[in-house]
Amino acid sequence: MKKTKYRSQSGNAFLVAVSAVILGLIGGAVLMAAIGSNPFMGFYYLFRGGLMNIERIGNTLATATTLMLVGLSVAFAFKTGLFNIGASGQMLIGGLCATLVAHKVFLPRPLFLVVLVASALIGGALWGVIPGFLKARFNVHEVVATIMMNWIAYWSIYYFVPAYLKGPSLETESASIAISQSLRAPWLTKLFNGSYINYGFFIAIACVIIIRFVLDKTTLGFGLKAVGSNRWCAEYAGIKVNRNVVISMMIAGGLAGLAGLTFYTGYSRNMQIGVMPAQGFDGIAVALLGASNPLGVLFSSLFFGILQSGKGFMNAMTSVPPEIADSIIAVIIYFTATSVLFQRFWDRIARRRGSRRADQREEE
Amino acid sequence: MWSTLSSIFPYAIAYTIPLLITALGGLYSERSGVTNLGLEGLMLVGYFACAITIRLLQDTMAHSVWLLTLGLVASVVAGALFSLLHAFASINLQADQVISGTAINMLAGALTVYLARLISGSGNVRIRMGIIRKNIPFLSKIPIIGPLLFTQTYWTTWVVLAIWALSWLLLYKTSFGLRLRACGEHPSAVASAGVNVHRMRYFGVVMSGALAGLGGGVILITYSGEFHGTVAGLGFLSIAALIFGQWKPLGILGATFFFGSATTIANVSQVIPSLSVVPPVIFKIFPYVATLAALVLFSKKSAAPKASGQPF
Repeated sequence: MKKTKYRSQSGNAFLVAVSAVILGLIGGAVLMAAIGSNPFMGFYYLFRGGLMNIERIGNTLATATTLMLVGLSVAFAFKTGLFNIGASGQMLIGGLCATLVAHKVFLPRPLFLVVLVASALIGGALWGVIPGFLKARFNVHEVVATIMMNWIAYWSIYYFVPAYLKGPSLETESASIAISQSLRAPWLTKLFNGSYINYGFFIAIACVIIIRFVLDKTTLGFGLKAVGSNRWCAEYAGIKVNRNVVISMMIAGGLAGLAGLTFYTGYSRNMQIGVMPAQGFDGIAVALLGASNPLGVLFSSLFFGILQSGKGFMNAMTSVPPEIADSIIAVIIYFTATSVLFQRFWDRIARRRGSRRADQREEE
Repeated sequence: MWSTLSSIFPYAIAYTIPLLITALGGLYSERSGVTNLGLEGLMLVGYFACAITIRLLQDTMAHSVWLLTLGLVASVVAGALFSLLHAFASINLQADQVISGTAINMLAGALTVYLARLISGSGNVRIRMGIIRKNIPFLSKIPIIGPLLFTQTYWTTWVVLAIWALSWLLLYKTSFGLRLRACGEHPSAVASAGVNVHRMRYFGVVMSGALAGLGGGVILITYSGEFHGTVAGLGFLSIAALIFGQWKPLGILGATFFFGSATTIANVSQVIPSLSVVPPVIFKIFPYVATLAALVLFSKKSAAPKASGQPF
């Protein structure tokens, strides 16, 4: 497997994203129609479920929070030419560290929150830096290494949680975290009428700004992007390629760890075993759709957040199964992967228009 | 010790077989030059197709062997058809194969449960009966290897082993196999010799879909008995086995058996006193750690097909 450029070359990344979303929605409509449901009603309830009142908007934002951080993680690695498919594992380890802190560490609230965030950041970064090191030192492909790390995390948690964090009732999940030890904030919950929204949302927004700043305004960001666009050229220019690979994976892992923090100590407040978090893969779709740009990630995570949080309501109101949201996301990721198709299409339209304009000029 | 070994050995084989056939599928694809990370999803599609076919026909068809065979055929066809998506994206459109494979996994995970919910509300599809284990006459009476290999076997085990042997012959003893493998090493050289690289790669990917689908079907009718929306990482474990086996048929046979045994030991270690001293998590994470170690050890001299993952 050789590195390919993940950044869309031409300026029509936006058109590609829009085309992929439209095709994804059409795919969803076909699936709804195939089981005899009315697609318009399906989509109406899907979006209504995500947006119809302040509580549901809060839940949508809480869902988008995790996706945003995973999307940033994947996008950040893309910029250095790395594919971080291991966000799920980094989420699990980051979430596990945070859950441990939430259960065992008791400090004044502001200090506690700092420790909580730091634990998830470190846990995720540790899980990300290992594949980064293997890539830099031994040229082990990061895709394979991160997949292995995912399953190591999955099975470690499978046995760790029942042994050390078991809840009172169920063997398969950790004890619930007290509100005061979680990322939830009573004033936020009240503001959004009892929704799941938590401090994680502000962490995610802050990360979007920080990552954008790091990538666009710092020497570190320039070096990372240089490695991503042409590693030989970067090496020739004196940029330490291997060091940048390790740093990039460490930061990507840290971001995914924060995603785990927002999900396990903010959204759900416990950890279930035997579940590979799907957000790790949805985040790939978020990064691709957002063209690896922090602002693009922000908007695409909000869009996917609506789909994921509205699916339950849609399922209650119509006969469409909730997996429709995941199907739409999967179709979108497939069509962003095959974006060559639309690029050709839009290029052809642009060229035709260009030549028409040239013809007109000649006539004049 | 002997009684422990002979009692868990048939289970180890049962866990090995789906991994073996899926990893073999991955071998076809990677050798032809297409990275296939979608094995997990393709396995799931086969798992689902087999469950749905048997579920729909089990009331009308009484003969269980034919019914199960039909289920396996359905899983092969479904896997092959689904893999066309990956083939089209990575061969014709020169898409990023890692992303396309990820899309296949996500699509399979969502679509199969979506459709399964039409049959049952929970999305789980249970079949009434799977394969009945049989002792092979005469062979099971042989001392030592008889109890280990020929007692309590599923007939699918022998089918899969036959496919494995035929694949080895096809890939290493025929000119077709040589061309296929060359497509994964140096496609332009093969093209200049007048071979259609795209067609060879299509064959590789569709083969991987068919065999991964078969792997999913085998899981259903041997030890699972119920479709429940996931194959729990067995597709990724097969990719690990493919790498650990260094992209060679004999290597993947050894690697999958190794991983299958580790999984079995992890599952039974709580009930067998002599094994319970080692925490089961060690056995569960062992395949992945071993694969990482193998990648580090062989990093200087990788046996991976050189052109795998590169569009042509």
